[in-house]
Amino acid sequence: MTNSWTDIKNTDLVIVMGGNAAEAHPCGFKWVTEAKAHRGAKLIVVDPRYTRTASVADYYAPIRPGSDIAFLMGVIRWCIENDKVQWDYVRNYTNASFLVREDFGWSDGLFTGYDEEKRDFNKESWDYQKGDDGFVLTDPTLQDPRCVWNMLKAHVDVYTPEFVENITGTPRDKFLTVCQMIGECSAPDRTMTSMYALGWTQHSKGAQNIRGMAMLQLILGNIGVRGGGMNALRGHSNIQGLTDIGLMSNLIPGYLNIPTEKETDWQTYLSTRTFTPLRPGQTSYWQNYPKFMVSFLKAMWGDAATAENDWAYEYLPKLDVPAYDLLRMVELMNHDKVNLYFCQGFNPLLSAPDRGKVTRGLSRLKMLVVMDPLATETAHFWENHGAHNDVDPAQIQTEVLELPTTCFAEDEGALVNSGRWLQWHWPGATPPGEAKHDTWIMAQIWLRVRELYRQEGGAFPDPILNLAWNYADPGEPMPEELAREMNGRALADLTDPATGATVLRAGQQVSSFGQLRDDGTTMAGCWIYAGSWTEDGNMMARRDNSDPDDVGMFLNWSFAWPANRRILYNRASADLEGNPWDPSRPLISWNGERWQGYDVPDIPPTAPPGEVGPFIMNQEGVSRLFSRGLMRDGPFPTHMEPFESPMANVFNARMRGNPVARMFETDAARLGTSDEFPFVATSYRLTEHFHYWTKHNPVNAALQPEFFVEISEELAAERGITKGGRVRVWSKRGEVWAKAVVTKRIRPMTCGGKPVHVVGIPLHWGFMGSARKGWGPNSLTPFVGDANVDTPEFKAFLVNIEPAAEEPVA
Amino acid sequence: MKDIATSPTTAASNPPVQPTEAYFNSGDIVRISATRNVPQPDRQLEKLAKLIDVSKCIGCKACQSACIEWNDTHPAVEENVGVYENPHDLTPNMFTLMRFSEWVNPETDDLEWLIRKDGCMHCEDPGCLKACPAPGAIVQYSNGIVDFVQENCIGCGYCLTGCPFNIPRISQVDHKSYKCTLCSDRVAVGQGPACAKACPTQAIVFGTKEDMKAHAAERIEDLKSRGYENAGLYDPAGVGGTHVMYVLHHADKPQIYNGLAESPRISPIVEGWKGVTKTAGLAAIGLAAIGATLHGLFARGNEVEDHDDQAADKLVKGEDPDQDQGGHG
Repeated sequence: MTNSWTDIKNTDLVIVMGGNAAEAHPCGFKWVTEAKAHRGAKLIVVDPRYTRTASVADYYAPIRPGSDIAFLMGVIRWCIENDKVQWDYVRNYTNASFLVREDFGWSDGLFTGYDEEKRDFNKESWDYQKGDDGFVLTDPTLQDPRCVWNMLKAHVDVYTPEFVENITGTPRDKFLTVCQMIGECSAPDRTMTSMYALGWTQHSKGAQNIRGMAMLQLILGNIGVRGGGMNALRGHSNIQGLTDIGLMSNLIPGYLNIPTEKETDWQTYLSTRTFTPLRPGQTSYWQNYPKFMVSFLKAMWGDAATAENDWAYEYLPKLDVPAYDLLRMVELMNHDKVNLYFCQGFNPLLSAPDRGKVTRGLSRLKMLVVMDPLATETAHFWENHGAHNDVDPAQIQTEVLELPTTCFAEDEGALVNSGRWLQWHWPGATPPGEAKHDTWIMAQIWLRVRELYRQEGGAFPDPILNLAWNYADPGEPMPEELAREMNGRALADLTDPATGATVLRAGQQVSSFGQLRDDGTTMAGCWIYAGSWTEDGNMMARRDNSDPDDVGMFLNWSFAWPANRRILYNRASADLEGNPWDPSRPLISWNGERWQGYDVPDIPPTAPPGEVGPFIMNQEGVSRLFSRGLMRDGPFPTHMEPFESPMANVFNARMRGNPVARMFETDAARLGTSDEFPFVATSYRLTEHFHYWTKHNPVNAALQPEFFVEISEELAAERGITKGGRVRVWSKRGEVWAKAVVTKRIRPMTCGGKPVHVVGIPLHWGFMGSARKGWGPNSLTPFVGDANVDTPEFKAFLVNIEPAAEEPVA
Repeated sequence: MKDIATSPTTAASNPPVQPTEAYFNSGDIVRISATRNVPQPDRQLEKLAKLIDVSKCIGCKACQSACIEWNDTHPAVEENVGVYENPHDLTPNMFTLMRFSEWVNPETDDLEWLIRKDGCMHCEDPGCLKACPAPGAIVQYSNGIVDFVQENCIGCGYCLTGCPFNIPRISQVDHKSYKCTLCSDRVAVGQGPACAKACPTQAIVFGTKEDMKAHAAERIEDLKSRGYENAGLYDPAGVGGTHVMYVLHHADKPQIYNGLAESPRISPIVEGWKGVTKTAGLAAIGLAAIGATLHGLFARGNEVEDHDDQAADKLVKGEDPDQDQGGHG
């Protein structure tokens, strides 16, 4: 989230698209009801299904799964055509005036530089024109045909209401009503908030869906303001924390990168991370990258990280591929490239696409270790459960170890919510049986591994033997110790270079990442968490719910990264002179000497307005309507069909899915076509359950006991399916049996002149736990992910459906 | 010094951490089933109410979950029968139930998914209590809460006959009748009902009936501003008003909310027998009920069947209810 849950009460319009907030985030949704009840806010839902969120919406519009970009580009086109643009914001706080290279272009659904063989773009032309001084050329009058604004206008020109209706299936009048409601929020005193989740991410172009709405929000002037923003609703409790501390194969804590194998030394690594400003006088805060990186390396290797050895940079692993994401790991298992797989709080048998491939992959491992509080399907993948898990245990040689862990309610630590708040919590119960904290298990394994390296050496024991491990009990680091380490501390007395005054004594906790140094005198495990555990104590444990003037900021409740800031880019909540766009909804303002207000300013506090742009993390100092080469699939979002779609891409009939999404060789053959699989399927959560956990709880199991699929009355009639009857649903990759919920909440749409039926497939059932045995949608879904981050395409694929007498007996 | 809990005015606040004594108790009972001349308490508690704002409800079933947890009931893991209601009906283990209706507004042709939390309405004039032949099985407190006292229940099912909302359910296990207690145990120590506490959108709120009516008026104003001209409060006069009320977007059509009674009244049979032939009827029903308990415990499920209704009817008319039932109570 750019903003916070509590800030949603400040909005005038909530758009829920690419998510189902009421159903998947019922507790946070209270802030939407608050905005409706006390601000008179309106709620729009755009979704293939009439969801529980839609049931309390002011306006609902249907959309074909996987066509969101066409819808969003259509809204942008409508806003430009109807002058629903926050012009002062667009001219000054976005890169609208920046000039784009002459050789950049778009045709046949592709940007310049496409290499079909490599499934990749040469992105060289996706850049700005630069002057002799190295800065980007701009045209503040927005007259130059190569300025970003005119390039954008040209790019969205094709997305007329007729075009949008044809692609998305959204009736034109409904689309236009949504446009009008959104367009009202271009006024400086009106704001819209975007609430989205996996409905946008789980597509082969998921990141571009989100880009599309972010661009719209910039055009409306809704980023950085109260009641605005791009608000990603995080699903798993602490999935935000997971990404923050870099539990991704290509990241290290604080969104720093693991080096690639081409970055063999420290200087090469830093050379592509200079982040010099692209416009005069801009902050370009990532220029501080070396400070964060050196402090991280000091946290990892302590005294073994020195200036002489480039802070032990050579100890870091180097990636030979962009990422070892889930799909790649399963692919590698299928090629016998993985011996041992650790599943820590993860159930890939039901969470990775094309379950058959996952089963085959797990079956080829030598050993599988599952750390989980629950008996997961993954840990029991080798057990025969009839049709629900039709395997032959005798043919599976994988050794499986289950290590029972504690669950969140038995742990101490911080959970990071969608609004980036680190909220400390304390155990509410004693762990049952042999359950152990994850930290204990990891430490115990680590100590034994280190001992083996000590005794036996190895190809490169240094990173293991030199790892800093300064905990009171090496066998179980305490949450407080880990939290203090992530915050960071001074390793020597630190003085202010300007005044010579002592800032921190050696050993003291830093109070902000501004104190971190690149000379080895500070350490911080996760720079963005600096300030969470300072010399004043545990800021995450703060529970003061005072909120001056009811603005919804709650600065003394927990700690929000970065720097306890509740709304990112909040400088953009004020105009060029530093006065709030909306005087009735102030956030921060310039008092002639400094920035002040209800939130921690996202700008140097004494930087006068007009000099430093509000988007200080960007080299431009402004936000990007044109994102240069930062995304693999284009500097503007462009309509792409899902890999399995009932219609061809209207721009280029040869193009299947996202032209740069990674597709492993054998998986292409496992894609279906609409001749064989005429219906569009989409998967989603139900409010009665949390993922695959709560089916283990008899209460949740009673509230939603059995796997079902949802179809329209029209499709039911066409296929002879009755309400509550049993159906078989199958794709190119697998089949499932389910009960049929026949509903008016799903209606056929018309796309490309043909009817499109949607089959809704909730996830939550498996073969373990208290609920009735069932399947997850991943038995059916294709093995392909987003081009930028490899999130699997779970939201749009093709299936067929027929009535079934009974489930088969395996 | 012991603390006495105070009447809750909201379910949102956290409970007191120190043990507190109940602020109301059996001394505040104003009506007792099958009992005449109940001594009236010398104080009148403030009338309470739970308000369910259907327009704010997202159908998440947190209320059902909280109800199960607080009352420690164990509803069965049933099947999916093609709908979202689970369990499929109120049961002795499920005192409240989200009921889902897909309704196409004939004026706009737009679909509306109407989700109503069903459960005991806690009628000011409770039909269950009036119909109950077992002394002390159903009581009403002066704050409006209608509570079942299972140890006095004989499982005859007449409460269901008397209920205009089809709420109580008889357990096949212990042959007692069960329904929502309005969390009388929580309310007595200053907490709101579990469902209201758990509701994430504050679609369920709790407090004095007066406050709840004022809150409802605000909500109705908001709904009218959004085009729901017929938004209104459901507090039906036919049962003397209720201590569970609804805000409805279409208050002119309560039946579209999964058959919510348009103008609920206590069955004339029950009213008749209470009003006219109470004494004779009670004497007869007492004997019949004892037979029913002994017989019914082992012989049958205690469902209200047609012959039960006929028997009640005969009681009202002063006839022997068993004369053509083969002695079956």
